[in-house]
Amino acid sequence: MSQDTLFDKVWDLHKVANLPGGSDQIFIGLHLIHEVTSPQAFGALKDKSLKVKYPQRTVATVDHIVPTDNQSRPFKDNLAEQMINTLEKNCIEHKIKFFNIGSGNQGIVHVVAPELGLTQPGMTIACGDSHTSTHGAFGSIAFGIGTSQVRDVLASQTIAMNKLKVRQIWCENKLSNGIYAKDLVLHIINQLGVKAGVGYAYEFAGPAISALSMEERMTICNMSIEGGARCGYINPDEKTFSYMKDKLCSPQNENWEKAVKWWKSLESSDNCIYDDVFKLDASKVEPTVTWGITPGQSIGINQKIPSLNDINPNDQFIAGEAYEYMGFKPGQSIKNTPIDVCFIGSCTNGRISDLRVAAEVLEHHKVAKNIKAFVVPGSEKVAKEAKEEGLDKIFIKAGFQWREPGCSMCLAMNSDKLIGNQVSASSSNRNFKGRQGSPSGRTLLMSPAMVAAASITGKVSDVRDFINK
Amino acid sequence: MSIKFKPPMGKFSRLSGKCISLVGDDIDTDRIIPARFLKCIDFDSLGKYVFDDDRKTLKGNHPFDLESNKRSSILIVNSNFGCGSSREHAPQALMRWGIKAIIGESFADIFYSNCIAIGIPCFTLPKESIKKIQKHLDIKNLFLEIDLFNSIAIAKDLKLNLEIKETTKKMFLSGEWDATSKLLENENLIEEKLNDLPYIRFNNNSF
Repeated sequence: MSQDTLFDKVWDLHKVANLPGGSDQIFIGLHLIHEVTSPQAFGALKDKSLKVKYPQRTVATVDHIVPTDNQSRPFKDNLAEQMINTLEKNCIEHKIKFFNIGSGNQGIVHVVAPELGLTQPGMTIACGDSHTSTHGAFGSIAFGIGTSQVRDVLASQTIAMNKLKVRQIWCENKLSNGIYAKDLVLHIINQLGVKAGVGYAYEFAGPAISALSMEERMTICNMSIEGGARCGYINPDEKTFSYMKDKLCSPQNENWEKAVKWWKSLESSDNCIYDDVFKLDASKVEPTVTWGITPGQSIGINQKIPSLNDINPNDQFIAGEAYEYMGFKPGQSIKNTPIDVCFIGSCTNGRISDLRVAAEVLEHHKVAKNIKAFVVPGSEKVAKEAKEEGLDKIFIKAGFQWREPGCSMCLAMNSDKLIGNQVSASSSNRNFKGRQGSPSGRTLLMSPAMVAAASITGKVSDVRDFINK
Repeated sequence: MSIKFKPPMGKFSRLSGKCISLVGDDIDTDRIIPARFLKCIDFDSLGKYVFDDDRKTLKGNHPFDLESNKRSSILIVNSNFGCGSSREHAPQALMRWGIKAIIGESFADIFYSNCIAIGIPCFTLPKESIKKIQKHLDIKNLFLEIDLFNSIAIAKDLKLNLEIKETTKKMFLSGEWDATSKLLENENLIEEKLNDLPYIRFNNNSF
């Protein structure tokens, strides 16, 4: 059993009680809610005549269903309008802070909370969304929960949960030029598999992780769940503190020093014990692209789609399904695969640094003929910053559509969807069957820089051919 | 679907029903309930949309459409069932279709806790045993009687030693799976914890 890791320290600190059944009652320091997984939870509170226990510990925004073209109200889609309306009403009734469209702080919940300084080291953070693991980039213990657990957090600020085991993922050396956090995390998931993380929290560490910016670290932790780990985290360091300094909700003045001192004490101790350690060499990672229907089915840009014989027997069934669904053959190159749609955005890669790197690739280029390309900033703040830097103009000039913030085609709950069996080059996190809104739509996951490169050529391309030659 | 849906309540130690097999690894919650059906403010109508895309693709040949699987309530699955999105809509849709328990090789974490939280016990069995049951189901029906206390499932000429987490088992036997009231019993401890956390003190000026 793990000992003295950051996970152990934060878990123990938040433990309220041993429940009679044997699980732990854990206090949730920050609860984030959005329109999709909260209405039934508020409904359940009403049915049980319960109140929100600590309304100031829950923060809301709207992201999944918002249209990214025309955001004027009422929304064209009645169901979407009903959902935002229900969230507005619930937040007013229960006195919960809500960052609505136009507030300047609306956006994808996992982009917004770090921007506001709500996300802090040492906190437990829960949200009815599996990508809550994103917040672990700050050294918080953050995980997705279902709607019944959202109800429990609203009612008691706690949940019943079994402690997770801890696996350290040690990333030696550094990523090469043109290789990004997205490539690294896709590589990790490929190496360990999509179920290895079940029952674990992942601690990402090593020189390659320390070298990443905070936004890149969020990309890594964000996709822990795609490796099966409900929670992923990185020990906080000076980069963490300098990112957080002077954010709206960060500790101020004399509290800042106190906070930093406490945050430093949370780091996994030198002699801590992990349940498992996995090591990899980050310098060997290539621009990585998925070819299948799970985020683990990926290859380097210059590799061929593996044949069944090259695949672990436990993963052969899903590989067979993937060949059929994707229409790809074993032995085929992923490079030069024609694409139809390019999507830059999502809680994985919709932050300002993602837009900067994509814009850099796109500058002085044009989107290929017949490609639909669009960029959806992760939040209103990201959009504002991008406009101040003129990034929107670079995207538009290249032939991208510039949209309003939201989750958009990552999961296609709004009108941004693939059509038929279109192939998308997507900076999002899931390539599941039907994920991007068409039951036969096909998703190739890659870094935003790689999406930008693909948009120029109209096919899967190596971004290294476009940068710093 | 004509009978009004009644959610499970309280303690339970036994359940029985007809099995339905769904073959496949890493079946994600987007497949169980596609995102377009998440545009709702209650779970009531989800049952009929379970596996909507997969069912449409198979044009009536999906296990959830087969006549022989009607009124089944014990779902037999393979590994990492329910991976991906945390949407509780997935187990809610399964439950509203008629599923009362799931037996599989393994489950994704969030899906598993969602099932427990709404009263669907999930059991595991080794890969080979699952395969055997699924093969059997290809040919004929299987009715299982599950005894939660002893973690066994019995059919006519079959006895399976089911695996279930000790904490999960206790939760169902005690009725504690419906956690809210149990959590609220520790109100004083929660308040103490709140006052004890360092960051609550140095963050007192949020917005």
